[in-house]
Amino acid sequence: MMATFLRRLYFTVVALFLAAPLIVVAGVSVNEKQDLAFPPKGFSLSWYGQIFFDAEWRAALIASVTLAVTAAALAVAIALPLAWFLWRRIAPWANVFQILGLAPFILPPVITALGMLTFWATSGFYGQPWTAVISHAIFFVTLPLVTLSLGFASIDRSLVEAASTMGADDRTVLRTVVLPLIRPYLVSGYAFAFVLSLNEYIVAYMTVGFTIETLPIKIFNALRYGYTPTMASVSVFFVAVAALVFSLIARFGDIRKLLGAMSSES
Amino acid sequence: MKREAPKSIADYSPLFFPGLMLIVFFVIPFSTMIAVSFFLRDPSGFYTPDFVFDNYARFLSVFFGRVLAFSLMLAVMVAICCVAIAFPFTFLLTKRPRKVQTIWLVCLLSVLSLSEVIIGFAWSTLFTRTAGITNLFVFLGLMKEPVALTPSFWAVLTGMVYQALPYTILVLYPALVRLDPQLLEAARTLGASPPRAFFNVVVPALRNTIVATLIMVFVFALGSYLLPQILGRPSHWTLSVLITDQAIYQSNMPFAAAMAVFLVLMSLALVGLTLLVGRKENAL
Repeated sequence: MMATFLRRLYFTVVALFLAAPLIVVAGVSVNEKQDLAFPPKGFSLSWYGQIFFDAEWRAALIASVTLAVTAAALAVAIALPLAWFLWRRIAPWANVFQILGLAPFILPPVITALGMLTFWATSGFYGQPWTAVISHAIFFVTLPLVTLSLGFASIDRSLVEAASTMGADDRTVLRTVVLPLIRPYLVSGYAFAFVLSLNEYIVAYMTVGFTIETLPIKIFNALRYGYTPTMASVSVFFVAVAALVFSLIARFGDIRKLLGAMSSES
Repeated sequence: MKREAPKSIADYSPLFFPGLMLIVFFVIPFSTMIAVSFFLRDPSGFYTPDFVFDNYARFLSVFFGRVLAFSLMLAVMVAICCVAIAFPFTFLLTKRPRKVQTIWLVCLLSVLSLSEVIIGFAWSTLFTRTAGITNLFVFLGLMKEPVALTPSFWAVLTGMVYQALPYTILVLYPALVRLDPQLLEAARTLGASPPRAFFNVVVPALRNTIVATLIMVFVFALGSYLLPQILGRPSHWTLSVLITDQAIYQSNMPFAAAMAVFLVLMSLALVGLTLLVGRKENAL
């Protein structure tokens, strides 16, 4: 009895700690006038409208979504053949590429950002919008690489063997057996990269910070020149997008398995 | 189809695109950065090629020493706080029904994916005088009047623990979810109370996991670059902030690159240590 109570208390405290800043931000985002008050004074959803109707915020939204959609696609395009090769072939030295794919994510982000900045500055492409797409794709390639490696590892090799004894060549096996089996992992890898790219600040700032404003850059710039409730509404919007994407992953895949639980029985 | 060694060049073809991308856009930028760290600063542009150790020599200044010591101290505190909160939490979470676990994991991932800008903004709002948590304390009669809690060291620490806590839980999750339940059952059958079983059986069994997690959270915390700026004073700036500041605002790329190289070496040494600790665990 006592133990259950203590456990509930502990879970509640952690939940409150994680939720508190978001609750306050959600509160200030519905203030009627432009002030930073909690509990909110009056109620208005007009600051949410600003994200879509104010020209500057809308431009930032479009820039962010475009960047995230393309960077995540490129990240998956890099990770898929690599993960497939590592699963299909015995080539120990190819693991070097796996380490290269994991490195940007493990190192402090400022290092990847600075590496990209020096590279684009040296090659003369500094500030071009597509440089941010490539930078983000490399920075987040780890996520599809990890989910896809898990996906390939979960494939029962006898299925593949059956297909090839029946006369299917590599390409047919890939299209009719392997790809359908790893589709959930492919989708979650894309989704992880998409959400993180949407929220990323430092790499985007160091590569295209002076030519394009993504939403996180816009929020940070706005933060310096004082407060507007639109910042709060954008933050709530981001939390909602992340929660939606991860709920969908949980709904259609096994998020516990993706995060390292071995089997899905318990 | 068994795994087999590639026989012809064509068998290697899936590697071409990923390999090319990773070499051109990761290995080369990384090498460029190392090269730039030996270049001379050019105040009018980016830099002029050279081979000098001046940028590294600047590490010997008192100012740099203070920033480095502060960064390390802050990251250590964040790592300890996070593991202390997350370890019992994750352990209890793995004992909950599947559905509860899934909901928590979705929430944790959502918080983890949040931009540092948003976390910084959210906590700075929570710490303001007009909308902040102190209003609640006043309401409850704990304080006389609302105050601003930022900028301060504690605000930076709280923000960084908030940022790193979901990460810590997700790093610990696989190890704890795979923990053999018989271990705990045995302890309970032998008469240990749940807390005693936890501290005397679970914690020692996962000692290496705890050390590895502490190091990983430490490296994660070293990478925080916006929270010290948003929630702290310039005296609370970390190495990551200093690198950004030198690269963008002081346009001193060579010095920024030298500091980044230093940070890489430190992080790599620590990640290597984690792998070593992990290997020992598997050998047991």
